[in-house]
Amino acid sequence: MDTVLFIVFAVIAVVCAFNVVLQKHPIASALSLIGVMGSLAVLYLLLGAEFIAMTQIIVYSGAVMVLFVLVIMLLNAGAEKPSGKSWFAQIAGLPLLLGFVGLMGFLIRGSVVPWTGAVRFGSWAGGTAQNIGRLLFTQYLLPFEVVSILILIAILGAVVLGQRELD
Amino acid sequence: MNFFVVSLIKIVIVFGVLMTTLAYLQWIERKVLAHIQVRTGPLRVGPHGLMQPLADVFKLLTKEDLFPPQVNRLVYLLAPFLAVCLALISISIIPFGPEINIFGVRTYMQISDLNVGVLFALAVSALSVYAVALAGWSSNNKYSLIGGLRGSAQLISYELPLTLAVAAPLLLANHLSFRAISNSQSGYYLGFIPRWNIFQMPFPQIFGFIIFMIAAFAETNRLPFDLPEAENELVAGFHTEYSSMKFACFFMSEYANMITISCIATLLFLGGWHPLFPAPYSNYIPSILLVLAAILLFYRAVLPARVRDRRTFPVFGIAALILAVVFAIPILQIVLIPVFWFASKVGIFLFTYIWVRGTLPRFRYDQLMHFAWTFLFPFALLNLLLTALFVALF
Amino acid sequence: MPQIPAVPLSWYLLLSAVLFALGVAGFLYRKSIITVFISIELMLNAVNLSFVAFSYHLHRIDGHIFSFFVMVVAAAEAAVGFAIILTIFKNRRTLQIDEIDSMKL
Repeated sequence: MDTVLFIVFAVIAVVCAFNVVLQKHPIASALSLIGVMGSLAVLYLLLGAEFIAMTQIIVYSGAVMVLFVLVIMLLNAGAEKPSGKSWFAQIAGLPLLLGFVGLMGFLIRGSVVPWTGAVRFGSWAGGTAQNIGRLLFTQYLLPFEVVSILILIAILGAVVLGQRELD
Repeated sequence: MNFFVVSLIKIVIVFGVLMTTLAYLQWIERKVLAHIQVRTGPLRVGPHGLMQPLADVFKLLTKEDLFPPQVNRLVYLLAPFLAVCLALISISIIPFGPEINIFGVRTYMQISDLNVGVLFALAVSALSVYAVALAGWSSNNKYSLIGGLRGSAQLISYELPLTLAVAAPLLLANHLSFRAISNSQSGYYLGFIPRWNIFQMPFPQIFGFIIFMIAAFAETNRLPFDLPEAENELVAGFHTEYSSMKFACFFMSEYANMITISCIATLLFLGGWHPLFPAPYSNYIPSILLVLAAILLFYRAVLPARVRDRRTFPVFGIAALILAVVFAIPILQIVLIPVFWFASKVGIFLFTYIWVRGTLPRFRYDQLMHFAWTFLFPFALLNLLLTALFVALF
Repeated sequence: MPQIPAVPLSWYLLLSAVLFALGVAGFLYRKSIITVFISIELMLNAVNLSFVAFSYHLHRIDGHIFSFFVMVVAAAEAAVGFAIILTIFKNRRTLQIDEIDSMKL
């Protein structure tokens, strides 16, 4: 069951990711990215990260991507124009991409993570909201507060930039 | 194997009940609105218009399925599909009653209990923005686009007070699963005040409940917040270009969302299936109420307002009496009493929805946004802070 | 029902690598500023997956906290980024990154 779920959602994620890169229209790319995020949320659940899976959907799909879709709607962004692509990108792009993936695969192979150890759903369920909350407000309290300030700055920045747009 | 069979049976029951409620909610809405406006409402199809939902479904199915030429095909078809899927999916985590034992099978009256149930419900409601936004955008129509933009801005804005209002009862219950939250509200203060979250010490969630109610009205696009489909300025808002079954999907999703959010409010604030009165009394309340209803119906049958009432009301009265007997059978009471209390609380919510629709005028768009950000959001934040303070102190 | 062997953890990491590479490709290859932005989000998502996978391997939830922070930072980044995109669009009437090539209007 784990394997079937993994394969189904991994395939959905990869196909949607290809779609993100290959679609000409921004809204198609954005919708494909939502597909990637949804299938990643399922994979998080398989890895015992229930809180992160739900946060993924609430924050990423429910807030960040809504912003993307709204901006695309507001600007009425059409399909992008094919512009002069560099000859280097056309010739070396795909080989470089494959080489990159191959390098990553090689590194993963050589890393501490074993090829054989199997992931079983439910064998470890540490990612509950309780555990994460406890760690977040004890050991990671300072980063948490710093991130809060970062968000405040981001809000201020967005407001300032948005105001300048008006006049 | 057993698990799959039991789950399948539960899914079929819940889906059937949900679909029937959905269809008849619309009949009830038309009837209640009619009586608020001193009309009679649907009367022609069946006795008291009871067959009206079937007629409506038939009408929607047989209408011509228009496909406007200017739309973005894929997204245009995706939007109603998304709307109805997201509206129906959250019912799967709603518990309708405690653990029961039927034919030797112990099971919960719930399709599935998630550790992160509340987060799941919030996630699904966060995703429902897409249905509105994409429907508005893909229709390629000015009114639709404005409706879609308004709708998504409204949904995002009211999501914040809704989430903050939900967070306060979570502090009292100390858990994210709906069943655990409901169980934490069992018992009574002084033997008669139920320990529901709106009465729960140390900080009763009355304000949180009111904020949740207001935000819920906005989240389901109902009056007085139905700006996305304000028909006097935007034709029909984001679903202007939709017809036939695709329109029915949006229509269904609105009512399904109403039912789901009423269930969530019941679980978070009104103690779920836990009765208003302690156990020995609460078991007889449904029967007593049904007998009273039957007496009223027989009285109206003797003094009918219309001629046909002379024939229909006695039938309804007998049905109510039979139900009263059913509710009094001890074996069935284990299942029926929790469901009765749950359904009656949800019913009160749904009635409030219709009542508000019948009485309040629509907001203006800037008033709507102003209300969300300058009034509702700060109050929800204050409510959460006070709750946290009281929970930490006591 | 035959028993299917469960997938090893490295498959998750490989998936993460593939998604990250696709994100890089989109970031470099695409011309619309919004799609470039979307590709960045794709890369962040891929990194999150490997954080969660390593968390599973080590049976510690520090990785979850990290991916939580990544999400929060991504949300902040999206807010500022879109304010910038809106300003650019207001001033230049274009979303093609290769047409935004002068420092001064």
